[in-house]
Amino acid sequence: MNNNNRSNGKSIRGRVHKYDSDNIDTDVIIPGPYLKIHDHKELAKHAMEGIDPTFPEKVSQGDFLVAGNNFGCGSSREHAPIALSQAGIKAILAQSFARIFYRNAVDGGYLLPIEIDKSTVKKISDGDELEIDIMKNKITNITKNEHYLMKPFPELIAKIVEAGGLINYKPDY
Amino acid sequence: MTITEKILARASGKQKLSPDDVMFAKVDKVMLHDVSGPGVIKVFSEWEKKRGLKLNQIWDPDRVWVAEDHFVPSADRISAENISNLSNFTKQYGITKHFKYGLGQYGICHTLSHEEALVLPGEVYVGGDSHTNTTGAIGAFAAGLGHTDIAYVLMNGQIWFKVPETMLFKIDGVKPDHIMAKDIILKIIGDIGTDGANYKAMQFAGSIMNHLPMEERLTLTNMTTEAGAKNGIIEPDETTYAYLRERTETKYSPVHGDPDAHYSEVFTYEIEKIEPTVAKPFSPGNISAARELQGTELNKAYIGSCTGAKLEDLRAAAEILKDKKVKIRTEVLPAAQSIYMKALKEGLINVFMQAGAVVGPPTCGACCGAHMGVLGKDEVCISTTNRNFPGRMGHVESKTYLASPIVVAASAVTGRITDPRDVRD
Ligand code: SF4
Repeated sequence: MNNNNRSNGKSIRGRVHKYDSDNIDTDVIIPGPYLKIHDHKELAKHAMEGIDPTFPEKVSQGDFLVAGNNFGCGSSREHAPIALSQAGIKAILAQSFARIFYRNAVDGGYLLPIEIDKSTVKKISDGDELEIDIMKNKITNITKNEHYLMKPFPELIAKIVEAGGLINYKPDY
Repeated sequence: MTITEKILARASGKQKLSPDDVMFAKVDKVMLHDVSGPGVIKVFSEWEKKRGLKLNQIWDPDRVWVAEDHFVPSADRISAENISNLSNFTKQYGITKHFKYGLGQYGICHTLSHEEALVLPGEVYVGGDSHTNTTGAIGAFAAGLGHTDIAYVLMNGQIWFKVPETMLFKIDGVKPDHIMAKDIILKIIGDIGTDGANYKAMQFAGSIMNHLPMEERLTLTNMTTEAGAKNGIIEPDETTYAYLRERTETKYSPVHGDPDAHYSEVFTYEIEKIEPTVAKPFSPGNISAARELQGTELNKAYIGSCTGAKLEDLRAAAEILKDKKVKIRTEVLPAAQSIYMKALKEGLINVFMQAGAVVGPPTCGACCGAHMGVLGKDEVCISTTNRNFPGRMGHVESKTYLASPIVVAASAVTGRITDPRDVRD
């Protein structure tokens, strides 16, 4: 995935696919039988199959996913952020993330896990057009003409995000 | 500092660490299996292709081991190819601890890690599987990571961590016969919720540790993953050391928390008050007492997985099934070859087969809904495994109830969810 737009400080823009539930787990994001598959494009065809089999058809490149608490709980399968990002999702906005999903998303440079509070989750509707400014931690809902805040990335995470993944990040151990 | 903070401080060369500090830590041991291994291979090849890296060797092949567990026996052509790719990988990088299906000792990764004493007290251990937490029961910092992170560790021998806050769970009393560690952890997850420990460490202590065998402790830490925990941990003690003495002569330097360590929350449980507990579909946190569910009809009982097919689990299940017949399909899959052999020697396998159950080879197969006995639409299963999300063990409209090996065995006998006290003579 190309992260240049981010490191330049530009914002990203996309349409929302909202799944208004908590604990969306990795078994519904990419069911167990597909774990043996390591072809990214093939995985994308089964993204969110356990909750919405039509998901891959609905998503356009650069879209966002909005959900509740503990998104990506369950297994450590990196297949989950891979399937979502290959399907087109550029950022997930959720109240909180399961930790392994979060670090996989960031370290692999697949997509942005963005934490927002519960009231913001409520305000965003399916189909809304959003613009996210990572540098300023600001979200603009273009459809509704509203503004929200996102939780800033911790310093190290921000650097890894900016580098486009852990492999490009040069730590000073 | 807590034991978790002290292990991470030692591994990152810091005098002091506090929750929320983010730092790189040196890793002692790494595990890959037949799902995360091919994932790592893919990451390596992308790094070579796209980043122009030359990955001729890894940081330390002796600190890495590989399990074949999820798709063995090979479920189909793709799984077979994954296994051969894994073999090529371990050969290429000189990883000798590769436990191969059908070639001596093999089994589920989180069982091999303690059964083969691959991880020792005080170590930092990462594995390409979310239940890596299991091995924290040995007194190590053990956490699951994804493919990219594991690939990074294989190259650099370190990885970043955010220091977790520690929640302390004190369980006191003397464990009654009808209760197992599974009941305790299900009760805890029911109380704190499936994200109740997100990003945190769950540490277990209390007078129950005086008589809780190592393998039972591993059930507690195993399911910390179901509460979202970063790691589960138990301070090493004589039980730990005795368990390790039987398995290794390697020296290690255990770590203990300070007496004035700060815990973000302390929970206390009296074991006598815990009931045989069952997690209903579709969440490990959706619990009820087994007796409240006692009419629930079942199609299948499953005794398997890293959570519920260790030797202690098989002993407990066999104690219930002895001289009885199962009423529903019952599958028993010991968690490792060595455990299978011990169970055979103790006569447990005979008990299962006399009862009418099928005994299969160690595999994750049905636990993750992949193969070897997946559930069909509307099928209802009671299982010693750790997850019951929709579709986890098969069809999205199948249902899984999670319970201890003795609740599962008792339910196999009646065909309905059953409290073990109600079938014991
Ligand atoms: S037995 Fe189940 S929970 Fe354990 S490692 Fe295998 S798939 Fe994961």
